[in-house]
Order: sequence, then C-alpha cells, then structure tokens
Amino acid sequence: MPEHTFRVNGEQVTVDVAGDVRLLWVLRDILGITGPKYGCGINVCKACTSHINGRAVNPCAIPVKDLRPTDEVTTIEGLPATVGEDLHPMQQAWLDHDVAQCGYCQPGQIMAAVALVRRVAAEGREITDADLDGLRNICRCGTYFRIREAVKAGAENM
Amino acid sequence: MTAGSNGGLDEAIGRRRFLGYVLAAPTLVAAAELAPPAPAADARLPSPELTELLDLTDVMTAAALPTSGLISVEVNPDGTVSFALPRVEVGQGITTSTAMLIAEELAVPLERVRVTLADARPELVFNQLTGGSNTTIATYTPIRVAAAIARLRLLAAAAAELGSAVTDLTMKAGMIIDRSGGGIDIGALAEKAASTKTRQVAVELTPRGNFAVIGRPHNRIDALDAVTGRKKFTMDLDIPAAKPTMVCRPPTINGTVGSVANLAEVRTMPGVTDVVVISTGVAVRAETFGQCIDAVRALKVSWKPGTAEGKSDESVLRELEAAELPLGLRPPAPTVEGKFTFYFRSNSALEPNCAVADVRADCAEIWAALKSPIVAQRTIAAKLGLPPSRVAVHVTEGGGSFGRKLFFDAALEAAEVSQKIGKPVKLMWHRADDSRQGRTHPMATSRVRVAYAGGTVLSYKQRHTSVSTDLGHGLGEIITAMAARLPVGDIGFSQTFFHLSQAMSYRFGASSQLLSETDKGFNTGSMRNVYSPDVTCARELIVDQLAARMGKDPYRFRHDFLRDDRSRAVLAKVAEAGGWGRPMPVGTAQGIAFHAEYKAVSAALVEIDCRPETVNRPIRDGVTGPRVTKAVFAVDVGLAVNPRGLEAQVMGCIMDGIALALTSSLHLDNGHFLEASWDNYFYTRQWNTPPELQIIIMPSTSEEPGGAGELGVAASMAAVACAYGRATGTMPTSFPINHGTLSFVPKPTVPPIPQSPADGLNGAR
Repeated sequence: MPEHTFRVNGEQVTVDVAGDVRLLWVLRDILGITGPKYGCGINVCKACTSHINGRAVNPCAIPVKDLRPTDEVTTIEGLPATVGEDLHPMQQAWLDHDVAQCGYCQPGQIMAAVALVRRVAAEGREITDADLDGLRNICRCGTYFRIREAVKAGAENM
Repeated sequence: MTAGSNGGLDEAIGRRRFLGYVLAAPTLVAAAELAPPAPAADARLPSPELTELLDLTDVMTAAALPTSGLISVEVNPDGTVSFALPRVEVGQGITTSTAMLIAEELAVPLERVRVTLADARPELVFNQLTGGSNTTIATYTPIRVAAAIARLRLLAAAAAELGSAVTDLTMKAGMIIDRSGGGIDIGALAEKAASTKTRQVAVELTPRGNFAVIGRPHNRIDALDAVTGRKKFTMDLDIPAAKPTMVCRPPTINGTVGSVANLAEVRTMPGVTDVVVISTGVAVRAETFGQCIDAVRALKVSWKPGTAEGKSDESVLRELEAAELPLGLRPPAPTVEGKFTFYFRSNSALEPNCAVADVRADCAEIWAALKSPIVAQRTIAAKLGLPPSRVAVHVTEGGGSFGRKLFFDAALEAAEVSQKIGKPVKLMWHRADDSRQGRTHPMATSRVRVAYAGGTVLSYKQRHTSVSTDLGHGLGEIITAMAARLPVGDIGFSQTFFHLSQAMSYRFGASSQLLSETDKGFNTGSMRNVYSPDVTCARELIVDQLAARMGKDPYRFRHDFLRDDRSRAVLAKVAEAGGWGRPMPVGTAQGIAFHAEYKAVSAALVEIDCRPETVNRPIRDGVTGPRVTKAVFAVDVGLAVNPRGLEAQVMGCIMDGIALALTSSLHLDNGHFLEASWDNYFYTRQWNTPPELQIIIMPSTSEEPGGAGELGVAASMAAVACAYGRATGTMPTSFPINHGTLSFVPKPTVPPIPQSPADGLNGAR
C-alpha cells in the first residue's frame, strides 16, 4: 500500500492507504481527527471545511495522494494553534454569540469564516452582506443569523 | 438563595410540596419520579389507565418497584453534580436548560453541573420520548424536585458539620456558608449527606420570585466542545473494531435485493472487510468510508420493487383527492375557500442517519442519537432474537433531528449487519440515501371554507388530507408503538394527534378541522411541528382573503378575532416592532401570521422582496427566488427557562418556515425522490437568510414553561406565504412556491450514491 506524508495541525503524519481515498476519511477513519464532519461527501454541504496552507478546502473532495509532504492541513482542532492561543478569535466570537445549536456544522462554519475573513482582509476591505450570502455551509438548525453576527465580530479581532 | 427561602411559615402556607427520594448510595443521590409529579397530599397510586396498559404486558414488572421510574441528581465528592437526562440533545438546548434547573435549586455554578444522556430505560415507560416540544414541560418540576432534595440533605449535613442551624446557612456558588462566613464546599458534603437507605422526602421548590438562574439568558453548556471540534457525535465515537459501514440501497423507495452478481469480487476491493445482503440492501464494511463508497458503487444488484413503485407527485395528488373528506353543503352565506398543496419534504438533519452496533452471540450494544430509545431497544432486541435486557442502548448527542431521530432506522440496520457479519460496525447513510430513502414530511392538501356575514365569521371548516404520517414511535413506549402499527390504532392515534395539536385560535363560529390519511407506502415521520406548518399556512392565507373580503387590514382583522389577550399581545408586538403597514415598494410586501401550540402563542411578521432583480440574483447551484428581507417574531411560551436558547430555537424555526414556503421540497418521480444532495434539496442557505431579524420573548404570563422547539415553524411559514401573496398580488396555493421548477440535474439512482469529487484542491479559497 502506498504511503502518503503531509502535515496535520503542526505535525508530520504518514498514512498507509490507497491514494484515491479522500482526505476526509484519512483524517476521520485513520488518524481519528473527527472535527471535520461528513454531511454529503460531494463538496456541497461544507461541513468538513478545513484549511490547507491557510486556505479553505473540503477534504471530502481531495484524494490523499494530492498532498505534498510540506502541505499543512489545519482542522478545527488545530485552529487555535495558528494564533498561539487556546481559542481562535473566530471561535471566541462563536461562543460570545452562542452560535451553535446541534453543533455538527460548526467546525466547518468556523473554518470557512476564518478563510473568508482572511480573503476579504487580503483584498483590503470589510465583510459585506454579499460575502456572508456567499457562505455555502449548510446549518440545518438554521442558526444563520447568529453565524453572520459572529463572523463580523470575529473579523474585528482577527 | 438561602435556606430560609423555603422555610418562612407564612410563605409556606399554600405552597405546593413535592415528594421525592434520597437514595441509598455512597454519595448523595436525590431523586424524583419522572411521571407527572403530584402534590404531596395526593395518593401515590398509578392511574387506572396506566395500570391497564401495564397489565397488557408482563414485561413491566420493574415498574412496580417504587423507585424504578426515578431520575436522580448525584452530588460528587469533587463538587460536581451529575444528572443523566432521559431525553436526547439534538441541538434544542435541553442539556443546558436542564443544567440550569439543577443549578437553580442547588445554587451551584452551571459549569459544575454535568448533564449526560441516559441509556434506554424501559422502566420509564412513557417517559423517555424526546418529541412534541415536550421535554421542558415534562421535566421542569421533577428535575427541580430531585435537586431540591439534594439541597435539603446538603444543608442538613452542613449544619452538623458547621455547628449551625440550617436556617443560618446560605447556599452560594457551590458552597454552604454560615453566619460567621465559614463555608464548606458541597463536594466535601457529598458523602456525609448520603443516605444508607432509600427514604421518601417532601420538599418545596424555590419560588419563582427567588430565581437566580431560571429565566435568565445562558449560553449553551456544550458550546466550547462544539466550536473546538471536541463534541462527540455517534460517528466520532471510538468503539473498538467498529469499522465504517454503508449500505447499497435500491433505486426506488423501499426496494429490496433480488440478487447480487459480484459479491465475491467486491469483497476483494481495497479496504473492504465484509459485504452482506441485509433487509434494506447490501451492506459493505471497510477500513474507511471512502472505500465503502467505492464498494457500494461497484455492487451489481438486481432489485425488487419497493412500496411506492411508479408513483409520482401527480399520482399521489390523485390519491389525496380520492381520500378527501367532504366539506359539506355550502352554507347560504358568502364564503371564502381555498385548496392548498404541500409537496413531500425531507427532515434530514445535517448528521445523516447513523449508528454504531456491536452484536455478540448473547448480547448487543448500540450507540445512536435516539428520541425513542425504549422502542428502539425492544425492536432491535426482537430483530436480533435477544431479550431486551441483553441489548444496551446508549443515547448519543445528535447532529440535529427535526423529527428524523424519532425513528431508529440506522440503529436497526447496524444491529442487523453486525449480527450477520459477527463484527462491530459504524454504519452511516450517505447523503443521497438520507434524502432518497430517509423519512419525509408527507405530501398533503388542505381545503378551507369560511362563511361570513357582515362583520361576523359564521363557520370555519378545514379538511386536511395527507399521505400517512408514520407515528410508529408511538409515545416512546413499546405498547403504544405496537398499537400504532395496527391499522385502526394508527389512524386513531393520528387523528388524536391532529386534534390535540390544532387549536382554533380565532372566534370563527362553528369550527371543524379534520384529518384524512392515505397511502402507507412512504417513509414518513413527524417533521418539526408536524401538521401545523401546512394547516396554519392554509388557514392564515384564507384569513388574509377573508380580511380583504370584509374590508379589513390583515393585522387588525386577526387582532379583532383572536380569542384572548395573550394571543393579541404577541400579534400586536410584531406589528409594532415590525412597523406593520409601512409603505413598501411595488413587488415587496409584509405578511403577518399567528399560531398557538404547546401551551404557547406566537406571531410572525415578515417582509419579502419578489422583484425580478432579487428573485433572479445569481447563486451557483442555489435557489434564490424571493428573499425574506426582514423577520420579526414574538413568542410567549410562558416561563422561558433559557431565553437565549429559546431565541435560538425560534431562529431555526424561522429558517424552516422560509424553506417550507419558498424553496424546500422533494420531487417524487417514478417511485423515487429526485433529490440526492443539499444542492438539490434547498433548505434555507445564507443567501435566503433575512438580513434583518428580531425575536421578541414576551414577559412570562405563566408559572410553567411551554414548548418551544417546534413552535415557530408554523407562523413563519404562514407569514412568508402571506407576504408572498401580498407582494405578487396572487395567493400562493402550492408549496414550496418553486416546486414546479426543477432547479437541478437529478443524480443517477444506480449506483445509488455519487462518487466524491477529486478536484478539491482546485477550489482552495
């Protein structure tokens, strides 16, 4: 079986699995990293949203063989360490606004929100309603309004 | 809180005392009966009805024990307080509100209260069903009784320890403090306050005026776990050897396996450990879910027909027409009439159906988010041929429910697979399975006729015709579940349920609302708020027509005809806060609606934008359509235990109501549903979310809490429909309004699930 080496949440890992197995299953079923959730497996619901080299991706749509040894995968579990804190400002905003209901989509929501704020900041502008409308992550509990509030609040502290 | 707060003689007169227990245990365990609590003066005999039911079976001997139906609050030596809630947390916030009840009576910080979910406890009989927005109503008093007894015991133990009179002691922040300021932590008293024998104790509860926790907004106790990814759902559990398992499912609803051409070949695929035919399809177990997907797609199965073979939206509509109950002769007065159609909808949660099962020769263990764990335990035991006592059913926190988790389809399947292959399994439905073979809100029509004369409404008739709603989870207890499977019993139960949930809130003269059901070939269930969104939507649209006919403003008309002050107050509140009647541009409008249920009243005001530039705004693979630009919702649930949690529930209900009115439905075609993805089934997304949202929790008018988890759906859906009608000038009669337009390319049914894309790195943003 081929080996695949990449970095996850600051640590180098090597997994022994067929190269077409999607990263989501490598994370969840082999490495036991369960923050990224399954919601569709076809890159639609965005519940598995994580970062690769700081940009938002959906591990359900990435064959593990596509990763290079230097690629840094960040899941919700590794997000606080990217800012050297116990909680990332976006997670704190989520707590302040009591966003989560069932919580299943929230790791993906937070990772998508962080990437959105970084992208908007790189463009040198503020978050707009159109940006928020563009978040595709499903929340079947429907806590969308609190998500919008929290993204704006989290952005202030990023 | 002080010990005196339950003491003062004059205050105590007339206040209810409740009976509970202190249980024999090494540490302090106080308990109360979860059955409806009775005042101490009442006889403690079970009701005759209950006795009859128990006599029907010989399985309930345990129920005869005086302490078998108890829920208990345990004080631990580390100062924490434990409670196993016999309900399931699926996002509705009941672990938080439960912790608040205990924190109130015990004066401990909320962080010290550990609420877990109880395993299936058959001795609780009717009392382990999560549904009907009933959790807080049913548990509000028993949980406080148990905690209050723990408080009494702790105070007595502290009095002995500190050498003070109980009346000189104060409880604060997990400490008991005497007049000199000396204190002792409740953890240090946990063993001293324990009892060596089980005793009955009478107790008074903290009066409402002294509440320090109940009624104040509190964030969720599981929020930190949720935002850090530490919250564990069923598929996150690390059960030894429980490997990923999926099922290759039929192309039509409830089809069954005829034969499989390549079982042996698929068994040799990478990562695959087992392939086995089961009652619902062909199960595949593998090292990863990715390899399960590959194997499911590779299986060559010939399928037998299902239970809805050849059926389509059109044919079911004809079935419904044939099952309609008559509206009777048209009265000799002016009437307003309407007929409304509501297509199938999916109650899929974001977490798909899933369960872990480890079935051995003589016992089994199940893990799943279950709203009816007792029925699940009995049914799984019967399927496995094991006594129920040998099947442990662990209730896990669920990633949403919306009615879906009233059933235990995945747990039953997981048990079957595990037994057949002799290994533990972690079974998950693919999203496509969840959408196509999962439970649905049944298609329904509602006909309404109202007669009026002058300024008076003479009569209101509503005839609701629906594909059968499976209420086979009964009241959470096996006896009623079995009764519901009998043709007569089920119809009786549905009718009862319908009548109990549909109040006539307006003074509309002679009123009758009847339900007729047909066709049991679909996988249905009680989707959030069950019959009410459709029934209320139809009624409120007709109310708008009636108001117009009688020359009245829709708000004033409702206000004039509502039956009581409490109802009028929520309606007036949204009208005021939402600026009812403000000038709106052409193509936009306001809508207003009212709904009462679960001992609560609610009203919604929405503004909708139906102008072409909004309706046609571009969103990739998304349904845009009219946008609800503002929603104002007022709710009076009586006592709101946690206003912040209530607000969250209402927010979700509003999003559900928008989806039901505008965008979300299943299309039935030739025996199967076309939807197989969240980009096919258009639940509300960020681009459909109202940018302006206000939720108003009315000052409580009651000592008791009402239900909240489903309450807001009906008025929201109705208000959106009414707003749409007013904005477009045409009353909508078919829901969701976009159902006639198929906004996606349906995925194939063979293989039943799509392959995961492989281009995810290209989309990095």
